[in-house]
Amino acid sequence: MTGIVALYIFMLAAFTGYEVIARVPVILHTPLMSGSNFVHGIVLVGAMVALGAAVTPLEKAIGFVGVLLAAGNAVGGYVVTERMLEMFKSSGAKRSGSKGAH
Amino acid sequence: MPDFISAGALIQGSYLLTAILFIMGLKRMSSPVTARSGIVWAGAGMLLAVLVTFLYPDMTNYPLIIAAIVVGSLLAWWSGKRVAMTDMPQMIALYNGMGGGAAAAIAAVELYKGGEHGLVTMVLAVVGGLIGAVSFSGSAIAFGKLQGLIKRSYRFGGQQVFNLLLLVGALVLGGMVALHFNASTAVITGFFAVALLLGLTMTLPIGGADMPVVISLYNALTGLAVAFEGFVLGNAAMIIAGTVVGSAGTLLTQLMAKAMNRSLGNVLFAGFGDTGGAASGEVAGSMKPIDAADVGVMMAFASKVIIVPGYGMAVAQAQHKVWELTQLLIDRGVTVKFAIHPVAGRMPGHMNVLLAEAGVPYDLIADLDEINAEFETADVALVIGANDVVNPVARNDKSSPIYGMPILNADKAKNCIVVKRGQGAGFSGIENALFYLDNTRMLYGDGQKAVAELIGAVKAIG
Repeated sequence: MTGIVALYIFMLAAFTGYEVIARVPVILHTPLMSGSNFVHGIVLVGAMVALGAAVTPLEKAIGFVGVLLAAGNAVGGYVVTERMLEMFKSSGAKRSGSKGAH
Repeated sequence: MPDFISAGALIQGSYLLTAILFIMGLKRMSSPVTARSGIVWAGAGMLLAVLVTFLYPDMTNYPLIIAAIVVGSLLAWWSGKRVAMTDMPQMIALYNGMGGGAAAAIAAVELYKGGEHGLVTMVLAVVGGLIGAVSFSGSAIAFGKLQGLIKRSYRFGGQQVFNLLLLVGALVLGGMVALHFNASTAVITGFFAVALLLGLTMTLPIGGADMPVVISLYNALTGLAVAFEGFVLGNAAMIIAGTVVGSAGTLLTQLMAKAMNRSLGNVLFAGFGDTGGAASGEVAGSMKPIDAADVGVMMAFASKVIIVPGYGMAVAQAQHKVWELTQLLIDRGVTVKFAIHPVAGRMPGHMNVLLAEAGVPYDLIADLDEINAEFETADVALVIGANDVVNPVARNDKSSPIYGMPILNADKAKNCIVVKRGQGAGFSGIENALFYLDNTRMLYGDGQKAVAELIGAVKAIG
């Protein structure tokens, strides 16, 4: 990949991230931070490649730690985000009828 | 080799699909209705990316890779399922730090390996490694502080100069490696050691109340580090996902700092409380107590009640009782709304998660901008476990450390009831003028017990 192409990807992705988040209501900020935390768990892919190409014991050891940490980032991020988002329900879904009482 | 070409095309195509799934997933997370499916979409993208990565040509060490994935996943799965909703912020900090550490590890492997990389690649590897290492050790400190493992904020004279020297030191060592001046193992190791130390000394002086901003910042930094290492590895999925998180995280950090009325620089470089100190200001008047029975009557016959929950409510585990009380009031025809300050809880939106856990539907919950005009028409504002976010001195006392912070206008309600454990100042140590107002009454007691009494009082009316 050439530098200029990478720069284009970088710029477009930055705008995308900003635009996607700009419309998120405050009530979802914590799950969203957790969700974006999960998304950078993609570092796992890079850590796998790095460990896959490691030769010396030092490289292997660091690569192993890298994959372990990255897997923790991805799986942990997914589990807690999913747990939080699962709880968000509207009154229509929870208590049909009672909200219209007033 | 046609075999290799098709594997490469499969990998690249899958990464593209992963990037699309991530962005669509984050987009779906922007509405409570579709949020749940959003994380599932993103999760599917992640699974796909990990699976195709096993097809990478010339990969070795498969047993090590699989062992690391299994161990890391199991530990994270176990901890993520167990953690209480009140402890969510430090868990996110921890997982985030792990991502930063992984990015630093990639940089370390690439740098130790050496080989002929171009200048841009080397610089990005070094910068990504620096950011990742800082995010790793900094997030660990943030976790320790929120978990209560690190109780005080360590500060010493010239700390900022010391941090600056560390940063310069890391940049010099990193520069030596990047410019192929001296890429010996010792220099590379020194570079990472200084970077890790910088994360520690940067985060230790920051107070617990500012941790949300710090976690958000490190989340954005980890994203950037991942993007940079993605460039080093020529991995488009990492560049896209990392950059999206980097910019989204930067925006979130800004929103959060704004809600606390602090600039990012102020959070990072000035300890909270240093400016205000003992200048809490005398407040005239006295706190007037009230019985739960009286409050029960007041709320049962009100037409509109606004509940202002704070982190204290969650600590007292009172949110389930609060929802029970709310249901009783709604059944009597009272309009009940929840007013949430952006920094209520330990993170923006944390209070919403805690209320959602208790079963409160999200459409009863309003944020500061939506609800503030409504306090004037409310008969009762019930403040539970919130303090600074309803303190009117933020509006009118220029000498107060929280002056200028946007607050919820609970003082504008016809009656303001504050549920509080006892007299005395809150988390920040600032005296709350709201407690002394003529229309404010204090309901003393443990949050959960006090709300249980309120439920009894409302039920007694029948």
